[in-house]
Amino acid sequence: MTRRGVGLLAVVATVAAGLLCGCSPLQPWVKPYEREHLADPIMSFDPNPVSDTYLDHVFEVREGARGATGSVGGGCGCN
Amino acid sequence: MKPMIFGHRAIYAARALALGLALALSVTASAAAIAPGAPAPSFQLHSSASTDLSLGDLKGQVVLINFWASWCGPCRQEMPVLEQLYRKYKAAGFTLLGVNVEPKSADAEGFLKSTPVSFPILFDPDSKVSRLYEVSGMPSTVILDRTGKVRYVHHGYKPGEESEYLDQIRSLVRE
Amino acid sequence: MRPRTVTAALFALTAASHAAVLPDDRADLLWHDWDGGGVTVQGPSILVRKSVTDSLSLAANYYVDMISSASVDVLSTASPYKETRKQGSLSADYLHGNTTYSLGYIESKEPDYVAKTGFFSISESMFGDLTTVSFGYTRGWDRVGEDLHQNGLVSTVWVGDADHRNWQASLSQILTRNLLLGVNFETDESDGYLQSPYRSARYVNPEGLVQTEPQVTPNTRTGNAGSLQLKYYLPWHAALDGNYRLYHDTWGILAHTVGAGYTQPVSTDWTLRGSVRYYRQNAATFYSDLFPFEDSQNFMSRDRELAQFHDLTLGVGASWLFHPGWPRWIEKGTLNLSYNRLHIAYDDFHNWLVGGPPGGVPLYAYDASVTQFFISFWY
Repeated sequence: MTRRGVGLLAVVATVAAGLLCGCSPLQPWVKPYEREHLADPIMSFDPNPVSDTYLDHVFEVREGARGATGSVGGGCGCN
Repeated sequence: MKPMIFGHRAIYAARALALGLALALSVTASAAAIAPGAPAPSFQLHSSASTDLSLGDLKGQVVLINFWASWCGPCRQEMPVLEQLYRKYKAAGFTLLGVNVEPKSADAEGFLKSTPVSFPILFDPDSKVSRLYEVSGMPSTVILDRTGKVRYVHHGYKPGEESEYLDQIRSLVRE
Repeated sequence: MRPRTVTAALFALTAASHAAVLPDDRADLLWHDWDGGGVTVQGPSILVRKSVTDSLSLAANYYVDMISSASVDVLSTASPYKETRKQGSLSADYLHGNTTYSLGYIESKEPDYVAKTGFFSISESMFGDLTTVSFGYTRGWDRVGEDLHQNGLVSTVWVGDADHRNWQASLSQILTRNLLLGVNFETDESDGYLQSPYRSARYVNPEGLVQTEPQVTPNTRTGNAGSLQLKYYLPWHAALDGNYRLYHDTWGILAHTVGAGYTQPVSTDWTLRGSVRYYRQNAATFYSDLFPFEDSQNFMSRDRELAQFHDLTLGVGASWLFHPGWPRWIEKGTLNLSYNRLHIAYDDFHNWLVGGPPGGVPLYAYDASVTQFFISFWY
């Protein structure tokens, strides 16, 4: 077996053992205590659901495309 | 042809497996460092009283270490609760350390002005102690007994959980 | 283009890992106003959300559209009209560990259209709350009617039903300390009466005159949409976001939507926002502004929502954070004003009302103002 083969087997064995023991070798790379920017309200995708849903409705009524906006909408006979 | 029972390939494979297992076990071992029964890692941090405080100074006392940040809602909710705990058991040999994990302390200091507490606040701007204590949630609480061993670990805070803290501190203080 | 799941994920950031969080308790009172294309639509939208236990959050919404329409479509076949559409919805979010289960019902009523919609979704926070995955299913039942004006009286005739089935899948991912990613997929399957009973197709008769005939659209439509959104935290305490959506359906419409926004807090209480959005679509395969002769195709439509067009929207908004002293159970509130200016220009829809020599009728285009004023409370 080549050196590369040995290395690969070592990696596979580590991952397998890690999965078996329930601790993945890949840890979350942004720790909870590093999330001060992400927790800022300006970083929210959806800070004002009522306003965002309304604007989605405005476009949906007048455009052919719909969906993948994050809002769940009902139908209407809006022409 | 001579049968090769333990040829080179088998030996290389065995070494690789051993290496892999050793690595895996070391990952396992470090992941279980902050668990009930393990000794609490020592540290020294700058406090809001402008002095340095080291964990070793508190040996003989029951210590509750709370990792918090001003941007974390449940952390802010928990502060008055921790203040009550501190006042109640201070005389019985209990102390509480509020370790702030923010890189800049301005927001934390602003919060403490509006919600003052009497227990020591320590600053961990480089996340050295957060990493040492494997903080995996905000807030996180680690309760140590008088010998400096970790006894209880809590992740997160929901109103009402302070009754658990009360029970645990009460039993440790009596030891 | 916001992954619905990200709301839950971000609240999870401020709480324990190993646990997602219910949405904030809040109430929103919004007044919306659309003015453009000869149409004005105004009304309130009121939302109240409250956690009734540690794991259950309920929400109710009441929404009204008060429409006054003198659009090109209305004026070419009828006279301006006024109409009111009312919509109510109820929803529940149940949290168990890292999973949130959501269930809801929406009902919309106007004189000539009743739409009932039910939705269900599951959202799971994982990998140290860096990732949130959600799946949803929505089912809609519509009754389509037509208002007939006879001798000054209006009566509604029910002309058909439409059924909608919709599947959504979302992923939100924390990429770095400063960068968030959202990915959304949505598939919509509709069948039944899928056209507007008020629109007609235009054709040229053997004498060379323009006549109208009823439009005919397919009775099934399947559309797929996929979108991407990024949000980046700028070091001077601001946020930059960008999004892109691709849409394609079985009616032949291919649409691109691209947008960007910038959020800048200017003091502890004031936040400003600017945004831009560009949309373009090509026409449905059976769309034409003018058909060569009567009954020239199996499916014919002159509905401008199915035409080839593009639109550009520029938006600005301001938000003021305040802490009312009374009542004491209100934690904080915001006062918000937003203004969007939309310009829409059609490539193959002419404004025949304007008249003109053959070949001289202008392509239709208009500008619209969309204003929102709302107050939000958290408790």
